Amino acid sequence: MSDQEERISETTRLGLEIVKEAEEDRLMTLSVGPQHPGSGHFRFTVKVDGDYIVDCDPDPGYVHRGEEKMCEYRNFIQNIPHLERPVIHDSSNITYSYSLAVEELVKIDVPRRAQFIRAIASELNRQVYTLYWLAIYGIFLGHSTMFMWPTGDRELIIDLLEALTGARVTHAYNIPGGVRNDLPYGFKDRCLRQVSYLEGRLKEYEDIFYNNPLLRQRTEGVAILTKEDAIKLGVTGSVLRASGVPYDIRKAEPYDIYDEIDFNVQYMKTCDSFARAYVPLLDMRESCHIIRQLLDKMPESGEVRAKLQPNPKGPPGETYRRVESGRGALGYYIVSDGTPRPYRVKISVGSFRNLLALPHLLVGSKLGDMPSVYWSLNYWPVEADR
Amino acid sequence: MSKSNDSPSGNNKGDLASIVASNNDLSPASVKQGETGSISPKPSNSNAVQVKSEKTDLPQFERGIVDGLVLKFGDSIKIIYVKPLRIKIEVPPKDIVEVARYIRDEAGFDHAESVSATDYPKTGDIEVIYHLGSYTRENLSSQILALSTRTDRDNARLPSLIQVFKSVEYHERESFEMVGVYFDNHPRNDRFLLPEDWADIPPLRKEFRIKGR
Repeated sequence: MSDQEERISETTRLGLEIVKEAEEDRLMTLSVGPQHPGSGHFRFTVKVDGDYIVDCDPDPGYVHRGEEKMCEYRNFIQNIPHLERPVIHDSSNITYSYSLAVEELVKIDVPRRAQFIRAIASELNRQVYTLYWLAIYGIFLGHSTMFMWPTGDRELIIDLLEALTGARVTHAYNIPGGVRNDLPYGFKDRCLRQVSYLEGRLKEYEDIFYNNPLLRQRTEGVAILTKEDAIKLGVTGSVLRASGVPYDIRKAEPYDIYDEIDFNVQYMKTCDSFARAYVPLLDMRESCHIIRQLLDKMPESGEVRAKLQPNPKGPPGETYRRVESGRGALGYYIVSDGTPRPYRVKISVGSFRNLLALPHLLVGSKLGDMPSVYWSLNYWPVEADR
Repeated sequence: MSKSNDSPSGNNKGDLASIVASNNDLSPASVKQGETGSISPKPSNSNAVQVKSEKTDLPQFERGIVDGLVLKFGDSIKIIYVKPLRIKIEVPPKDIVEVARYIRDEAGFDHAESVSATDYPKTGDIEVIYHLGSYTRENLSSQILALSTRTDRDNARLPSLIQVFKSVEYHERESFEMVGVYFDNHPRNDRFLLPEDWADIPPLRKEFRIKGR
């Protein structure tokens, strides 16, 4: 290479570097969270070019507790209270699939009445979680009434669950073999009253919030997650059903008595941010029907928990059981080596699976759409971190 | 609420019910009678590998899936168990991408629900297990196919399945930092959930002990 050619290539290289620097100068990196009030205990960095997001890198783990490791040090029953910590608002569901998995490993038959009771507790808990999520979703889209109303209505169901389980949020109610205690006196009437009240309120939520033109403008047609992408990314729960896939574990793989319950899987085909916000409301409405049927079909009396050994254990083996939680499929993969403690527990949670959709949706969106996209994913940082 | 439309109609203001598609006919066709309520527990030994496909008391549908796999890949697939709604197979690491591609394209499983790595110091290996499910095929919606493979725990390296199942991305990254399995061809084998200044062995290895326990 002659001197002249070398000089030219050197000039070209410098020129390219200048262009690259200028391109990088255009981009600004923003850190969202974990202290930011709009993200929960979760951080992600976005690169913006003007108003548009060109890169997004999630950084979870700020509330990682090592639940899976802790499980290996405790026996099957001792694991229940700490396993519900990742999502205390939905604690009946996160212990539900654990109970199903342990029942399969230890070989316990659950009494029929207990199956109904824990299904009721889980449905009520799902309502509590969804109301809480709705409150946060409302406030971050600038609708403070939508924060107040669900927070207030949530208290009524929490009171109901408190009467049932003895605790406001961390119930530790579903256990392998059934539930901890029977229904309190007058529970059925009280439950029916609250469910009817909630159904009326859902109509009002729709009027004041979902039909609000401001919300519609901020969410409709925003951040489309197509059906193909949703399946490829393996998202679950309301995010999946908002993308036109009618998939619900309660229908796909009915556990306990869900095969006797008549209900429809609620889904939408618009695939946008609005659909992801609206499907949880539809789920709540359907859940009210489910609770009524459960109360109606429940046996009047009977055992509510199977007799357990003091330190239950089963033969070596493994299992994978899942339920539909407020955030989608919630699965437990448990390996048992024949001792009373699990050898390995893996919790596959909906939040962690839906996280993959966040960079997919944010890249290409406007920065102003970030809150509506992020909260529409039904993401619960504590659950994702475990 | 019972109306269903085929085209996305985001501009359908006011009438929410018309954009809601409600599904009446999603009765679990795949779920056979008597298997719906709970999966009947059958003993299975995760370490004892047996080929059980000759047995006649296996569930019919699941056996069909397994037979297809055995027909295609022959001896490289070990069938660990076939239970109602659950199948587990084990393949050597060199074949896993090819088997996974077949499972996606021919068998119809389209996403990974969970990827778990389990440390077995006694046998000196780490098992990585992919729980695969299907959204697209209705008769597979209740099925979980567990695809597992084993690697040496002193040099834990496996090919990544990210080219086949995009949904394994974060799960594999988690397995890398928690159990220390390096996934070839994965774009990021790096820190995810643990603190940035974590300077210890991967915490889900069995020799990592919680302090005071």
